[in-house]
Amino acid sequence: MTLDLSRPTLRDWLLADSPASRTQARLGRAYRASLALLRNPLAVLGALIILALLVLALIAPLIATDPIAQDLPNRLQPPSGAHWMGTDELGRDIYARVIYGTRITLEIVVLVAILAAPLGLVIGAVSGYFGGWADRVLMGLTDIFLSMPKLILALAFTAALGPGIEHAIIAIAISSWPGYARIARAETLTIRRAEYVAAVELQGASALRVIWGHILPLLTSSLIIRVTLDMAGIILTAAGLGFIGLGAQPPAPEWGAMISRGRSFILDQWWVATMPGFAIVIVSLGFCFLGDGLRDVLDPRSAERR
Amino acid sequence: MAFEPETAIVATLDEVASARRQRVPGLRILFGVGLFLLTLALTFIGLLAITFFIGRVVPIDPVVAAVGDRASKAVYEAAKAAMGLDRPLPVQFAAYVGDVLRGNFGVSVSTGRPVAEDLARVFPATLEMATLGILIGVALGVPMGVTAATRQGGPVDQVIRVVGLLGYSVPAFWLGLVGLALFYARWKLVAGPGRVDIAYDGLVGQHTGLILVDSLIEGNTDVFFNALRHLTLPAAILGFYSLAYIARMTRSFMLEQLAQEYVTTARVKGLPERLVVWRHAFRPILVPLITVIGLSYAGLLEGSVMIETIFSWPGIGNYLTVALLNADMNAVLGATLVIGAVFVLINKGSDALYRLVDPRAR
Repeated sequence: MTLDLSRPTLRDWLLADSPASRTQARLGRAYRASLALLRNPLAVLGALIILALLVLALIAPLIATDPIAQDLPNRLQPPSGAHWMGTDELGRDIYARVIYGTRITLEIVVLVAILAAPLGLVIGAVSGYFGGWADRVLMGLTDIFLSMPKLILALAFTAALGPGIEHAIIAIAISSWPGYARIARAETLTIRRAEYVAAVELQGASALRVIWGHILPLLTSSLIIRVTLDMAGIILTAAGLGFIGLGAQPPAPEWGAMISRGRSFILDQWWVATMPGFAIVIVSLGFCFLGDGLRDVLDPRSAERR
Repeated sequence: MAFEPETAIVATLDEVASARRQRVPGLRILFGVGLFLLTLALTFIGLLAITFFIGRVVPIDPVVAAVGDRASKAVYEAAKAAMGLDRPLPVQFAAYVGDVLRGNFGVSVSTGRPVAEDLARVFPATLEMATLGILIGVALGVPMGVTAATRQGGPVDQVIRVVGLLGYSVPAFWLGLVGLALFYARWKLVAGPGRVDIAYDGLVGQHTGLILVDSLIEGNTDVFFNALRHLTLPAAILGFYSLAYIARMTRSFMLEQLAQEYVTTARVKGLPERLVVWRHAFRPILVPLITVIGLSYAGLLEGSVMIETIFSWPGIGNYLTVALLNADMNAVLGATLVIGAVFVLINKGSDALYRLVDPRAR
């Protein structure tokens, strides 16, 4: 290529060995990570599935009809040109309900991640940074929660709070923070003795400042990996709650609840229960693929061990 | 919560124990056992605190949760006094722990019987299904994991990769439904929901509660084979989930061992590959594998909740879901407590076994 070599491209700027600013360093790191991610076909597939989930949730009204509009003369119709996935027992278009269901799934995973991840992160970082009694009490608590059956606790919590999607989200968040606390603590212990932490401490930084400004940022990448890998489990638990009747309430087009409705027709009208199931499997697989890929890119040590 | 201080005590005892360990090696195991029992007791108290919290604190009005919102004023007041809700929370918790230790879980609103009696009746059905599931998982998962590790990138390795991912992303209740539609309704390969056909119901007495064992005790092979046909599909689905986990873990344990130098030594000595794999590399992974199998078994007891609902299986999972739908909190908490206790016991037990058998983990 006989281009003018003296003019740096955006790519050169991003991949510079000695970034001139903090922003450049961060953007460069993100760019390198995304390049590595693009070389992993399964991770790309996973990312595309998650992207499709986001886009479908956003443009649902443009590509699907009303998910709760009943059309009783056309009930339990098999898949056809008019109804790609058939209709359910109230004549509702299953395709429209599956598409609108992406919104509920997205709401669940985002809210659980927002509630559980920071909680586990702070508990783990505090525990690992202070050590001693704080560590023993917090980790004792975490271990007790970790050795409990998650699904059963989520079921019992939702039953006590009353059925509903908000309560299902709270119950799942309560049962998923301990895993994040464990990871955050383990990582904090390795950073805790680093010289740069000692340097900041000698400059008189408070514990809050050290944890917030110098430890938490380093924990985010392993936490992102773990949360992404956990997403499949969260989706399955939420669908299970919906299936039992404790999650999203009718007529909301929640996938688990849709499978539950289709249960009575499984022998003759198989599409009612199977279609939402495929949606759950595809989205969960997407998160698994992406999580695996992110782990290989952001945490090369664990990739070698596999 | 109430159990925080006690948790801290464990940690100090841990320190004492580690100090003692260095001086008096004979006391080591004794301390280990004591520590294990203490941790176990604290975890159980934690479990009790959680179910107490769910039953008494989370509902806006626990009395309504217990007697229902159609109860008359007199019933409401009587229930409130009977539940001791006028007392302070720690006193209530102590009373609750006392009740549970005496095996008193209260009376189920939907069956009208004591919850403990109900649970004892339904538990064997779950145990039977989960045990068959774990047997399938171990019998297929371990050899598959070993093969995948020895032929990395080969067909078995690819299968395990896919099965592992599906085990994470396919809902058990959906797989159960699809399985019923295909294997029972369409191809008539297995029997449908329930433990036996209606015609065989009640033909064998309750000795152990495990219908396969009971029918063999009475020598009734008809019932045995009928029950087996009913068990096959749900147990195979549970087996699929435990296979996915066990095979993946076996594979990674084996890969770790096969990279060790002693394996190279064994190969250089000219040992046949079969002996290198099974006698040298496989032995050291037995211990961590036991832990994995234990965890998987505990997971199946939990996972049976969804499967039992699909297969109308009269086990603890079905009991729990029916209770959930009827807001029958005594039954919900009793079932949660029993599943939780078994889960914790297997979980901590396999961990302790690991420490006991493997000198490196002490």
